[in-house]
Amino acid sequence: MDKPTKTGADSPLLRGYAPVQGVADELFDRDGNMRPVWKKFVATLSNLSEEELRAKFERGRQYLRDAGVYFRQYSQDPLNEREWPLANIPVLLHDSEWDEICAGLSQRAELLERVMADLYGPATLLRDGHLPPRLITENSHWKRPMVGVEPRGGHYLHFLAFEIGRSPDGSWLVLGDRTQAPSGAGFALENRMAMRRIFPEDYPRAYTHRIAGFFEGFRNALQKLAGDGRSEPHQFGLLTPGRANDAFFEHLYIARYLGLLLLEGEDILVQNGQAMVRTIEGPVPLGLLWRRIDASFADPLEYNPESWIGVPGLMDAVRSGNLAMVNALGSGVLETRALMAFLPRISEVLTGQTLALPNIATWWCGDDSARAYVRDNMDRMLIAPALSGDLPFDSNSETVRGAEPEIRQLLDDPAPDLVGQEAISLSTTPAWIDGEDGPRLTPCPTTIRVFAARTERGWTFMQGGYARIGPPGDATALAMQRGGSVSDVLIISDDRVPDTASTKASPDPSGHRSVRTEAVALPARAADNLFWLGRYMVRFEDVARLLRAYNLRLATTDSDDDPILASIADYLEPMGVDATQAIPDGLIDRLQAAHNCAGRIRDRFSTDAWFALNDLIRTTRQMSETATPGDDAARAMSVLLRKTAGFSGVVVENMYRFYGWRFLNIGRSMERCDTLAAILEHFADPAAPEGALDIALEVGDSTMAHRRRYALEPTRDTVVDLLAHDAGNPRSLLFQLREMQEFAEGMPGANRTARPTPLVRELLPLRTRLEVELPSDLTPAGLAEVREALARMSDRLSEAHLR
Amino acid sequence: MQYDVTLRINYAYSQPTMHTRNLLRLLPRDIPGLQNIHDWTLALTPRPSEQVWFTDFFRNPVASAVWHDPIEEVKITLAFRAERHGEAPRLALASPLSQLPADLAACRDAGPESPLHFTASSRRVPILTKINAFARDQLTPGMSARDAVRAIGHAIHEEMTYSADATDVDTTVEEAFDTRAGVCQDFSHIMISALRGVGIPAAYVSGFLRTYPPPGKEKLVGVDAMHAWVRAWAGPETGWVEFDPTNDQFAGSDYIVIGYGRDYDDVAPVRGSMRGAGDQDSDQSVDVAVVA
Repeated sequence: MDKPTKTGADSPLLRGYAPVQGVADELFDRDGNMRPVWKKFVATLSNLSEEELRAKFERGRQYLRDAGVYFRQYSQDPLNEREWPLANIPVLLHDSEWDEICAGLSQRAELLERVMADLYGPATLLRDGHLPPRLITENSHWKRPMVGVEPRGGHYLHFLAFEIGRSPDGSWLVLGDRTQAPSGAGFALENRMAMRRIFPEDYPRAYTHRIAGFFEGFRNALQKLAGDGRSEPHQFGLLTPGRANDAFFEHLYIARYLGLLLLEGEDILVQNGQAMVRTIEGPVPLGLLWRRIDASFADPLEYNPESWIGVPGLMDAVRSGNLAMVNALGSGVLETRALMAFLPRISEVLTGQTLALPNIATWWCGDDSARAYVRDNMDRMLIAPALSGDLPFDSNSETVRGAEPEIRQLLDDPAPDLVGQEAISLSTTPAWIDGEDGPRLTPCPTTIRVFAARTERGWTFMQGGYARIGPPGDATALAMQRGGSVSDVLIISDDRVPDTASTKASPDPSGHRSVRTEAVALPARAADNLFWLGRYMVRFEDVARLLRAYNLRLATTDSDDDPILASIADYLEPMGVDATQAIPDGLIDRLQAAHNCAGRIRDRFSTDAWFALNDLIRTTRQMSETATPGDDAARAMSVLLRKTAGFSGVVVENMYRFYGWRFLNIGRSMERCDTLAAILEHFADPAAPEGALDIALEVGDSTMAHRRRYALEPTRDTVVDLLAHDAGNPRSLLFQLREMQEFAEGMPGANRTARPTPLVRELLPLRTRLEVELPSDLTPAGLAEVREALARMSDRLSEAHLR
Repeated sequence: MQYDVTLRINYAYSQPTMHTRNLLRLLPRDIPGLQNIHDWTLALTPRPSEQVWFTDFFRNPVASAVWHDPIEEVKITLAFRAERHGEAPRLALASPLSQLPADLAACRDAGPESPLHFTASSRRVPILTKINAFARDQLTPGMSARDAVRAIGHAIHEEMTYSADATDVDTTVEEAFDTRAGVCQDFSHIMISALRGVGIPAAYVSGFLRTYPPPGKEKLVGVDAMHAWVRAWAGPETGWVEFDPTNDQFAGSDYIVIGYGRDYDDVAPVRGSMRGAGDQDSDQSVDVAVVA
């Protein structure tokens, strides 16, 4: 028997759903009828119990947590991440309405391109009086070095976002243009992935337009723009300000999703007007940057000299016409608030057309009649700096209500620094909100970010968007400043949308793109960080082992001047580790150093590994607050060592076996060798106190091996033999050197049949020495020589690959 | 007046640096009616891996020099002959200061000589309330824009003490104004801030001063190094005038212009970056000799 289905409008979920008077609503039209595009979806929701809905929403949240999607503020603290604020109900729009929006925005994109070309070219708009010149000449986003520079490929703009909202009469308005380095497309993709887990059902899934094709098309366009007309292949990549940036996760995500190189300023250098990526094989040509840094920071030589995240000489490459920029440097000027007051007229002047999709009504207060109008209608106005580039509803926006008395006074005299904008009310969309009598769908104001990419076929649009959802109650744009949540925008078709190949997560069906990317270019910075990540993790582990030995000893002795305790403390002291602290700060520093390296190369290993490392840091910090010296600290070290083994396992086992993996492992082996030599030098010194040899075995993780192998009390010879010369012991110098040689011979430029590389040349005599000499020959002085040779090997590696 | 000018700048890095990249704004430009440059040579040691010239937005010549291999020092030697013409006598048509806002509103030019680039605060030169109040105190009703430039420049000269030790290249305008001390860069930045604050477009000028004064005159301040002064726009009839607040005078035939910009950032003689840790140290010497 069929379950009785509810039709939606009378659903208990919608009880009390009351759109604000005079405000448009996404769910209901002006006459109070549910918009057709929502009917089937609301009916689906209404057939679910509250528990079922909650379970669905939890699936979405779980996905986001697993995928490592977090919201973060600009911060150096790696753990300063909050749960991603996904609203569980998407915004639904019919594809016919969407097509109309996109057609309007396509016209707008083309207009912006022409305005850009004029502002950096003949400047006729200024000369002919269509735009007040000071809005440009006093604008910090108008970049003088770009004046007269032809963009490579002929276009300034390639990727745009538009913030749109529905006005009370039901029509759509552009609230802001994002032209410099628009963010949000990666987050839209993540929202979609989560929404698919919340609503995996045939409806709405099969009737929703896909968004993957948009990215695939744009990636192809980037590749073409980077490589067209060149005699040799050119790399292209995404330029990020780095992991302290609040949108870094998005950069990481897009780079991974599209298989783009994720580059920081220091990855790039400019030679003879050609931008190059610094890779382990030397510089390779770079044809295009999808930049996510503001132009002001792009090149310290020609823009803000204090920038540390840019590329010195980048402007040289742009001026030479060798480097395509997405978007051109200087495109931020198009985000100027006051420009919106003039764009409608400019459209008619430049294209002979009126704007199909108007922008929010804007008045520049440098014009007397506009100022008079704003002053006379202050209660309906938002006031902002004329050159402001933010969006009125950004949480840090400089926009204020015109109704404020002190604002009113500002308009008594000409105010070229100010603009007034109509304080429109946005449409509301249903959000799932817990009220006093349980959760309900509640109308909340929304704006939608629409993404446009230039391809060979002209401007293409993501068939979906990024919705921001404000708190319930107040539907003015300004209310959005108080934050809220985000959601997916589903573009719904009447018919099933064909599931094309383009919807696959990997846009390249041959699947060898990742190989190609890594084979061609492993940036030297990434290799350097992998190498040091390997070293720091081992360093952390070795210190933790020593601290465990120290605290175990402490727990079984009541003597303050125990010679073994003193010997361990002496060993750790120059490393900045105070053994008398239960969880020494110096131990946490080592972990933090590893985390810093890992954070810079998050695109190169899995989310699982990242979580394992964060978990390790969190645990260590928690323990440092409660642990006490002795047994407690020893147990804490055991926990940390197990977690470290977990992290190392995930990284070393699961990483793609290529150059990057070898750098990581060389780092690990080199650090192991160095620790082994240092431990033997200190604890196997003939003058070391009784019991020191046990410590050496403990730190070398070879206590069991020694017992099986020698079945007697350790002597200097047996310990040195096991930790230095025994090629069967993975914790021996010789074993680690052999490993390192394997990795070194797999490096670019190394060829087993030709002359050994400088690194291998340093390594071979050391290996031979350990293979032929006796334990008694390896004196403390000899061990010091081993450590010097290791330092030289590190230098050779840097010289060859990490410059 | 003709001058033979020699400039030497030495940079020493505490550690070898790679991919050292410098933009040099050292070579004076030709300015029709004002100055011509002849027979110039620029020598860089060690020889750079790359050296190209381009002209920036304000039409200043810029040499871009790159050393990819590690270097520990750079020696720059520039020599040229400059012909500097005296200023044509000004007609007394100077616009009143009160007319400038309307003149600027009527201006639709965004080219390099336009006053509109020099009206707003720039990275190095904020418009500060205290400097603005100081500047307004120097104005009298009905004053011409040119007289306002002189009055403000003179007041800054009187107020400030020239001191090479009080500031460095990164000292802010506010710090220099608060301590009432600094060098030509600080004097100029303060004056630019003051002028822009009262509605006079003002630019930063870098250049050279003749080393030895004409007989019977005192040696000017700032002759041993590169110098800086101010260019101000005094209305459409008068156009641009140049005033040196360090020496309390309009810049005449003792001055050779290297370049114009909104502030020091736009015309820094050497703007550089390098890869590697460590500090750098520099010294410079300038000789501006009158050709007999």
